[in-house]
Amino acid sequence: MSAAVSATGQGERLLEIRGLCVDYGQGPAAVHAVTDADLVLDRGEVLGLAGESGSGKSTLVMAATRLLRPPGVITGGEVRLYPGDGSAVDLLEAGYAALRVLRWSQVSLVLQSAMNALNPVMTIRTQLTDALAAHLPHMSGKQRRARAVELLAMVGISGDRLASHPHELSGGMRQRVMIAMALALQPQVVIMDEPTTALDVVTQREILEELKDLRDRFGFSILFITHDLSLLIEIADSIAVMYAGRLVERAPANALFRAPRHPYTLGLLGSFPPLHGPRVAMTGIPGSPPDLRMLPSGCAFHPRCRFAVDRCSVDAPPLDAAGGSRLAACWRLHGDGPVPPELAVPEPDLVTRSTP
Amino acid sequence: MTTPVLDAPPVLEARGLTKHFAVHGTVAAGRRLLRGRAAGPGPVVHAVDDVSLRLMPAHVTAVVGESGSGKSTLARLLARLIMPTAGDLLLGGEPAPAGQRRRIGYAKTVQMVLQDPFASLNPVHDVHYHLSRPFMVHGLAKPGADLDDKIAAALERVALAPADAFWHKYPHELSGGQRQRVAIARAIAVQPRVLIADEPVSMLDVSIRLGLLNLLGDLRDREHLAILYITHDIASARYLADQIVVMYAGQVVESGPAVQVTDSPAHPYTQLLLSAAPDPERTTPVTLLGRGAPPSAVAPPSGCRFRTRCPHAMAICAEQVPPAFPAGPAHVSSCWLLDADVPRRRSADPDADGHRPDADGHRPDADGHRPDADGHRPDADGHRPDADGDRPDLGEEK
Repeated sequence: MSAAVSATGQGERLLEIRGLCVDYGQGPAAVHAVTDADLVLDRGEVLGLAGESGSGKSTLVMAATRLLRPPGVITGGEVRLYPGDGSAVDLLEAGYAALRVLRWSQVSLVLQSAMNALNPVMTIRTQLTDALAAHLPHMSGKQRRARAVELLAMVGISGDRLASHPHELSGGMRQRVMIAMALALQPQVVIMDEPTTALDVVTQREILEELKDLRDRFGFSILFITHDLSLLIEIADSIAVMYAGRLVERAPANALFRAPRHPYTLGLLGSFPPLHGPRVAMTGIPGSPPDLRMLPSGCAFHPRCRFAVDRCSVDAPPLDAAGGSRLAACWRLHGDGPVPPELAVPEPDLVTRSTP
Repeated sequence: MTTPVLDAPPVLEARGLTKHFAVHGTVAAGRRLLRGRAAGPGPVVHAVDDVSLRLMPAHVTAVVGESGSGKSTLARLLARLIMPTAGDLLLGGEPAPAGQRRRIGYAKTVQMVLQDPFASLNPVHDVHYHLSRPFMVHGLAKPGADLDDKIAAALERVALAPADAFWHKYPHELSGGQRQRVAIARAIAVQPRVLIADEPVSMLDVSIRLGLLNLLGDLRDREHLAILYITHDIASARYLADQIVVMYAGQVVESGPAVQVTDSPAHPYTQLLLSAAPDPERTTPVTLLGRGAPPSAVAPPSGCRFRTRCPHAMAICAEQVPPAFPAGPAHVSSCWLLDADVPRRRSADPDADGHRPDADGHRPDADGHRPDADGHRPDADGHRPDADGDRPDLGEEK
């Protein structure tokens, strides 16, 4: 789905997260929900963030957008936004007034549950025009209403639905309204947290196609969060995988699919039965995701990892270069024992997937 | 429409099972419905219409469909939690009992596992209590050592061992996968012959889903359970099931051997589902083989219910309900395209965008891709959910 494949780091940076740490609670009982997360989103890129529930993926973006609520606490790191005029804003340092300007106009958010995100007692028109009124006070009411019609048309909903309340729309239409709202001020970054998880597979596909068209038209970047790695491989340019609050691998989507480097990614890929080919027994990953209150020592994945060596239970591996532009956090790739052949599959050619 | 006849007699067989729910019914009308009497006058939701299927011992039958397709209603009908409006349910060849007192005997043979193990286990009771209930209710064990042994055996059947490490745990102390295993252990404790699993893995973390699916496969192989696996995920149905039954708007539109149905889908709706499913192996851009949302279940379209979304719709599709046509060995599909006698007359006015697929009904290849991949771009307005948007709630959960 892409013009610029850029886990290679050659693209223009738009959002840069460095060393972000987020705890829930304070003191010795604090739960480390996100630890030392590094993430770079380039202009025009679709970056996928994959992970299971509790892996910290939603916490990461809520912290990066300063939407985290207590008892969530940001304990370290920086989040830089490059609006494209040469300046850089550290979102973690920005004051409330500055954030208020940036939110929605530069960074917007689409959440999973449109039914909860939309106000049930307000019409679609009111909800669409509210953001316009807040950010563009010079717009007249008439202009705002015209813009609302335009926004709905963009996501394929006819203007006569403006007077509807959320409960009068189907799940797919509500999610489309959410996307229209997110695009109202033409932001550069759209963060989507499981935007299609609650939808049927056909509706999901329709919305993803629309999103692709909109992205091609307006050139915004997408940070797409989902647990469905098989979907992400299709739609993202590059993918970051999270486990137990840490990023464990980052790679271009195709390379990640064909040649995973981290054992967790390998296991996750082996958890989606294929739609083609002979049926073979698959195993998924033994055990369950850890409780963040009682994280295993060292690498949090080591109790479930079939490649674990002694060091894995002692030290947490850093997210280091794992060949080419790729990053992975695994001791087996960084000199402890031979690299297992499963984690050393040659990378496919980095062909840019064709843009339709 | 029936699934193909296999060698063994079916454990559980549905014949023409139908369930209609009154839309604005009175309490009295609701009671009549629960007793399985005909719905009174007034609009009804056609939740399940004329569904026939057979559950075979040591077989997994998957029911695949979108939300609102009636698959959960079908599960509840088969579990006898609700009574059908019409149609028969045969257990081992005998009509299933209707009365409340005889229901308990039915429940000993047909058990159910629900979607959400966070909700289906009682948070104030421990594992031991949950597993003691089926034995006590069905009078299968005496309290004490006998009961404990049987509970331990049930836990070991779902690979929760050692059993005594688990039975004093409360649901909140278990992981999602362990909880669902407890729910399965509770269901198979009474040695049922049929297990109805309604979306048993969709609430679980991705990395542990396969473990649960493999457990269901083991129960099929080891204990010869007949399993009905209800899912919206056609890839997992292909992985686990022997047979796949595809439901659309309350009806079965296609059924056949799992790999056959997913590799050469005969019904346009199955083709649409497969074209929309996530598939990392896909190399070409997705071409959705159809558009729009499922029809209203209160006033379903005449003839074939899929015709309003079908890229192949012909005049006859609106006139007559398609019967099940053979589409391969043990594979049937309710689509007029498969009828050799019906002239392939296209409906008089093709879509405004002129993107009708070719008239000779090209089948997609194994990847679910149509040969003319660029011919079906979405049009600007033809593919939106219908204006009334809100579909009636059929009791399905996401």
